[in-house]
Amino acid sequence: MKRLLSIELQKIWMNRSSKILTISYFVLLTAIALVASIKLDIGNFKFHLADMGIFNFPYIWHFNTYIASGFKLFLAVIIVSMMANEYSYGTLKQNLIDGLSKKEFITSKFLTVLVFASVSSLFVFVVSLLLGLAFSSMNELAVIFMRMEYIPAYFLKLAGFFSMCLFAGILVKRSAFSLGFIILWYIVEKLSWLLIWYLSNNRELASKAISVLPLESMSNLIKEPWTKLSVVRKAGNTLGIDDFGNSDVSIIAALIVCFWIAFFVYFSYKILEKRDL
Amino acid sequence: METILSIKNLDKKYGAVHAVRNVSFEIHKGNVYGILGPNGSGKSTTLGIVLNVVNRTGGDYAWFDGKLETHEALKKVGAIIERPNFYPYMTAVQNLELVCKIKSIPFSKVEEKLSLVGLLERKDSKFRTFSLGMKQRLAIASALLNDPEILILDEPTNGLDPQGIHQIRDIIRKIASMGTTILLASHLLDEVEKVCSHVVVLRKGEMLYSGSVDGMSSNEGFFELEASDMQALKSAVETHEAVEKVKEENGKIIAYLKSGLHPSEMNRYLFSKNIAICHLVFRKTSLEEQFLELTNTQSKA
Repeated sequence: MKRLLSIELQKIWMNRSSKILTISYFVLLTAIALVASIKLDIGNFKFHLADMGIFNFPYIWHFNTYIASGFKLFLAVIIVSMMANEYSYGTLKQNLIDGLSKKEFITSKFLTVLVFASVSSLFVFVVSLLLGLAFSSMNELAVIFMRMEYIPAYFLKLAGFFSMCLFAGILVKRSAFSLGFIILWYIVEKLSWLLIWYLSNNRELASKAISVLPLESMSNLIKEPWTKLSVVRKAGNTLGIDDFGNSDVSIIAALIVCFWIAFFVYFSYKILEKRDL
Repeated sequence: METILSIKNLDKKYGAVHAVRNVSFEIHKGNVYGILGPNGSGKSTTLGIVLNVVNRTGGDYAWFDGKLETHEALKKVGAIIERPNFYPYMTAVQNLELVCKIKSIPFSKVEEKLSLVGLLERKDSKFRTFSLGMKQRLAIASALLNDPEILILDEPTNGLDPQGIHQIRDIIRKIASMGTTILLASHLLDEVEKVCSHVVVLRKGEMLYSGSVDGMSSNEGFFELEASDMQALKSAVETHEAVEKVKEENGKIIAYLKSGLHPSEMNRYLFSKNIAICHLVFRKTSLEEQFLELTNTQSKA
């Protein structure tokens, strides 16, 4: 396992663009901390984000994982292009000839996906913990580690998305087209939502139906955190909105994402097994 | 004799294209084998199948008497196919170290193999800065990293300039002299003739011949003859008991032999028939002529 991981990490780390993207990714994750310094003073209107309660435990776990998952595209580009490059350099063929089995090849890619997801999760955990300790109004241990399920949810969300990228890379063989494929798939999911809504005249049902699809289930893992903010709640109440939906981590969504991870990895292998290189 | 690779009734179809038809042969330790055939005859497909990158449609193959799984067996094989495939952004050394990781061997041989192919000075240059000849030499170094039981080369001199071709052939000869089993696929006949002891001939996916280079044609050689009286020459030659058939080509008589006949005997024989010849050349058939003859007779049949 160590051997497979070291093979794949060498491929990624020696590549200058991958290296730059990886570094920028982690710099950007750290930069969430900079949000704390957003202060707007326009006459009487004072806006200081850190004072809005976004860094309060346990809310910060939700807020930071939500924001951080936006940066996942950086690593997605690396994964897709590393897979597509193996085709265009002819190194996939050479790796197999040199004695790597197809199973080992996929395993080394998937291990890398898991490493990326775990390191990101650890990173977000540390950054959030430090930010929280600095800004949170509540600092009791019990509160700090309440609602920690957002961290494993974040891990699953990344692992799911990266597995999908891996699958797209293997299926499409070209990095730009693979990313296009994922965007296309996103549109397909949204269109099927509209279609089901239109056909059944039931918005709720449509949302439920497409929640089994990969991208939708991943986004359902960590829903938007804004409606938990007291400011937003107050504003909503004055407008007469009481139902803000549930933005907790759902076990169902987690199971669906696990299914998709298994699906993508298994079929990545199957495609590779069937293909003549 | 130890069998390194045995192929039985191998078959591959790409949709409607039948790329390899029922090919069988065996590779024994210590010999140098050539797979000979024009472009598109199924050489690379056959190699691709045994190297685990192309799925076979039918038939079977086994490495080392089937004692190892294919990908494990491939760790004891060195192979380069068609063009050198490496990571362009890594240096020569980094690329070879990656191959070491794949083959689960220590990095200790990297420098030795780089110096064998004459790339030691460029070891820290990125692969993308290499010329084609250097890339091909790096590929050979990479294939030799594990001191393989067998070295498989697919068109190793394809696209190289004369100097590059010369360098590669030198290296191959050097490796062959060290006793490594080699399987060389090529459409260049003189290349195979120069280094191989055994040959498999393919055409349109069919195996036409498999055996030693010498035994490829039972020909004892042939004479090229010319005399002022061609008619008399022809009838005289036709009646000689060692001559199998006679044909005229470019104003010369070509006489193929069925048994050994020394040129001086031929000369004496013709002189006794009162024919003075002005041109006599005795030649063993070259592999090229044997190959063309073989492929021609098969296509007519």
